[in-house]
Amino acid sequence: MTAVTDKPRLSRAHALDLLKQMIRIRRFEDKCAELYTQEKIRGFLHLYDGEEAVAVGVIPVLEQRDRIVATYREHGQALVRGVPMTAALAEMYGKQQGCSRGRGGSMHLFDRATNFYGGNAIVGGGLPLSIGLALADHMRGDDIVTACFFGEGAVAEGEFHESLNLAALWGLPVLFVCENNLYAMGTALAISESETDIQRKAACYRIASEAVDGMDVVAIEAAARRAIHAVRESGKPYFLECRTYRLRAHSMFDAQLYRDKAEVEAWRHKEPIVRFKGWLEANHMIHPDDLARIEAEIEAEIAEAVAFAEGGTWEPVEQLTRFAYADEAA
Amino acid sequence: MTAPAAMIELTYRDAIREAIRDVLRRDKNVFLMGEDVGRYGGCYAVTKGLLAEFGPERIRDTPLSESGFTGAGIGAAMAGMRPIVELMTVNFSLLALDQILNTAATVRHMSGNQFGVPLVIRMATGAGRQLAAQHSHSLEGWYAHIPGIKVLAPATVEDARGMLWTALQDPDPVLIFENVMLYNMTGRLAADAGAVDIDKAVVRRTGRDISLITYGGSLWKTLEAAAALAAEDVDAEVIDLRSLRPIDDATIMTSVRKTRRAVIVDEGWRSGSLSAEICTRIIEQAFWELDVPIGRVCSEEVPIPYPRHLEIAAIPQVPKIVAAAKIALGRA
Amino acid sequence: MVEFRMPSLGADMEAGTLVEWLVKPGDQVKRGDVVAVVETQKGAIEIEVFETGRIEQILVDLNSKVPVGTPLARIRTELERKAGVALAPAAPPASVAEAPPGVLPAAPRPSRPASMAPPIATLPSVAGRARVSPAARRLAETHGVDLATVTGSGPSGAIVRADVERRLTAAPASAEKKRPTGLNLDAMRTAIAAAMARSKREIPHYYLEHQVDVTSCEQWLTRTNALRPPGGRLLMAALAAKSVAVAARRFTLFNGFYHDDKYEPASAVHLGIAIAIRGGGLAAPALHDVDQMPLDELMTRMRDLVQRMRAGRIRSSEMSNSTITVSSLGERGVDALHGVIYPPQVALIGFGKVVARPWVIDGAIGPRSIVTITLAADHRVSDGHAGALFLAEIGKLLQEPEKL
Repeated sequence: MTAVTDKPRLSRAHALDLLKQMIRIRRFEDKCAELYTQEKIRGFLHLYDGEEAVAVGVIPVLEQRDRIVATYREHGQALVRGVPMTAALAEMYGKQQGCSRGRGGSMHLFDRATNFYGGNAIVGGGLPLSIGLALADHMRGDDIVTACFFGEGAVAEGEFHESLNLAALWGLPVLFVCENNLYAMGTALAISESETDIQRKAACYRIASEAVDGMDVVAIEAAARRAIHAVRESGKPYFLECRTYRLRAHSMFDAQLYRDKAEVEAWRHKEPIVRFKGWLEANHMIHPDDLARIEAEIEAEIAEAVAFAEGGTWEPVEQLTRFAYADEAA
Repeated sequence: MTAPAAMIELTYRDAIREAIRDVLRRDKNVFLMGEDVGRYGGCYAVTKGLLAEFGPERIRDTPLSESGFTGAGIGAAMAGMRPIVELMTVNFSLLALDQILNTAATVRHMSGNQFGVPLVIRMATGAGRQLAAQHSHSLEGWYAHIPGIKVLAPATVEDARGMLWTALQDPDPVLIFENVMLYNMTGRLAADAGAVDIDKAVVRRTGRDISLITYGGSLWKTLEAAAALAAEDVDAEVIDLRSLRPIDDATIMTSVRKTRRAVIVDEGWRSGSLSAEICTRIIEQAFWELDVPIGRVCSEEVPIPYPRHLEIAAIPQVPKIVAAAKIALGRA
Repeated sequence: MVEFRMPSLGADMEAGTLVEWLVKPGDQVKRGDVVAVVETQKGAIEIEVFETGRIEQILVDLNSKVPVGTPLARIRTELERKAGVALAPAAPPASVAEAPPGVLPAAPRPSRPASMAPPIATLPSVAGRARVSPAARRLAETHGVDLATVTGSGPSGAIVRADVERRLTAAPASAEKKRPTGLNLDAMRTAIAAAMARSKREIPHYYLEHQVDVTSCEQWLTRTNALRPPGGRLLMAALAAKSVAVAARRFTLFNGFYHDDKYEPASAVHLGIAIAIRGGGLAAPALHDVDQMPLDELMTRMRDLVQRMRAGRIRSSEMSNSTITVSSLGERGVDALHGVIYPPQVALIGFGKVVARPWVIDGAIGPRSIVTITLAADHRVSDGHAGALFLAEIGKLLQEPEKL
């Protein structure tokens, strides 16, 4: 058995890349908020501020052939996975140049090229889907891992339990990534789960599990390496609970009556970008020029995405009933 | 001239089993999963013997997790397998309704045509065995409401045998409803019977005086009613819809243009049922041909009761169909 | 100067009430700073600014409820401050300008188009409350049956199609046990009489005559028929019918229906062929799409119609929807006929007897076969000028029978 490098090689280049990826998500989400207030993006918008370390720590460890299922708070996962920012933003505008042809919007980013299976708006709804994807790979003997991202709110749904049971029973190569941000919309974990140590639930299904500090991108990457390696080697599922926090409200239209401002502020001081940047600076791995360059690159990319989305076109109304069925999609 | 194919006699149940066996042999990506399909042999004995023949990977027993394994079927289909999910009955399918409606029916559209779900879901449906309120639903019409899926109701042995392969070839989700009262029915079938289409209605009995439009378990009651009507000099045309989504409007309208009278027989509850949809389509497309209002024979507005006489009174029966036809003919 | 506007925070947020300003004019703000609190139906929400600069002016009072998009404050941005200029306020977010084209249709396009029958003109109001089925109504309309004279046998005494058919055949209802398989010709004559009277009453007829040299037709017929058995021979009647139909295709004022004070040209040419009813009278069953029908088929169908009409075996469905009628009384020996239009049609072409007449051809007199064609037309729809052209066209077509 080969020794698993569970410590990520933290070269300067890699470290800067981790930081950039997180900042890229943050700035993108920020721009989405702005566009939403201007009514360019409509419907529901769920932003990832504070949770960037989870997507950035896990997804780059996956291979191109692996599959990803995510929730309605999936912009971060989509961007890290390689869904073009232009296509993602155009999708949120509803333009036909969007990754789902504008048909889905913010909550339904799908991308076949990167094996990105949404964008699912039903809490817990993506879990059985990930079981199925993994089942197909298992039956064909293909070396593919399916990573399923979901919030701790999904843990209350029956489908969570059904899915974990099936994954363990049938030995399916699923990496369950629970993004525990302590609130399912406005419902705090403490008042909705009898057992709040979520990774223990996985143990009840005899699934290997661990919890990791969701604000520490390096720790997440290390855990993800262990986990994905385990899934690939054993063909069995693994459960990774990432303990994180959602800095913004559940969605744009949320008065956050259910939590203290002081609590949010406290978490803001230890959020992943602040933390990692601080660590890099303390270790002299980053210079002010690096940061300026990173911000400038991201700003340019975002500007390009906005221009792309603004310049996108609306799908003609006559095509409304396309894509319900395959034969009408042509 | 080739000799006509030999005819065999078999039950509806046997025909479905043969269909499943056939598809499992033809395509190694096909597998079937559901509760008690393997070791038990299937709640209605449809899959009896198949576990021994095809093994536990391809005849896969599942825990009681309708949502979980239906979603699994969806995901496996999206990833290139050809699963058949067996939900024991339409009554339990409600636990999987979210997966069916919010995932299977919507993925193609939500992803802008990047992913499709070529999944087949089979379910038993219907009342008649005194199984009471929670085990007697006919919800085909409900499912037929949903864009993104296709809904079939095989009523003959030929369709039981032939619809499955065609459904599996379809790139979109197909739901197949098997009425519980049909499993024991015997019929004759060509020995080399194969795949049939899944989007056309068929005229099972031609007639001139009235169009009786129906599907599934009600087909045979309707044919019996047509025979009774013939003895009273009424020549009824009986249409078997076969596909409930899409509905074959052309066949229906051709018939109504000929007969100018229609009665729809639908085992769903009357209000908001599939029969209401068909009525409206006839009015939209053949209003000027109609000579009398359209009649309906549906289940009564009550959860299906347990005692035999009440159950009989609750669902469509031959005398009710005959009576409705007579009203349309002005012979009430 | 940049305007900070009331943000949209949700799909169902239309307005917000500013309840607190957390900044005042002169304060520096940067992108992401919370600057005010807005009260919404969900509670108080802090709103952030997306510009960096200095608050120049507050535009909205506290506790005022303003729609989404209303300017709340003006900010002089960093850029402007450095450049020492005030830039024009940014163009307002085009919340309307980029609305998707058109409106979503009220109902999605059906996967199969609903095939609707052409609109039927409503009958003049029948005395009050009789219920009449759509099928009965349409049959009555076509044959000019007055529904007030029909007894209904359908549900709740409604008039159904069979009742109108019975009326047309005039057989006593009690004598009919089965649905009639053919028409009662006496009843039909009565109905036709009523229709003819109505036609003369309501339609302002005008008449035109045209003499046509059909020598080439006769010669062509002789040549063509020489090679055919008696049963397959073509008659002048077929050439006459075909030429009328082809001309009617071009001259749309003569092929259609007049209803409710307006004319509707028909999209096809269904030629009514006037045939004598045994015992007297004429009926005109329709042949469909005669303009496209090959001559042989037309001849066969005309023969068949005549045969069945004489035997009383015409189907009621054949009696309806002629778009124009042709009547040929040549065998009876009259030179010309001035017919009566069958409403709701607007034209009737009559063919007289083919006679040998002295004719001038190339300056010399010689015998030619001449037939007089007449046009009876509805003056509400066409006039003599159009009628003349129509007749001339028919005559022209008959000069080249091989092309019919």
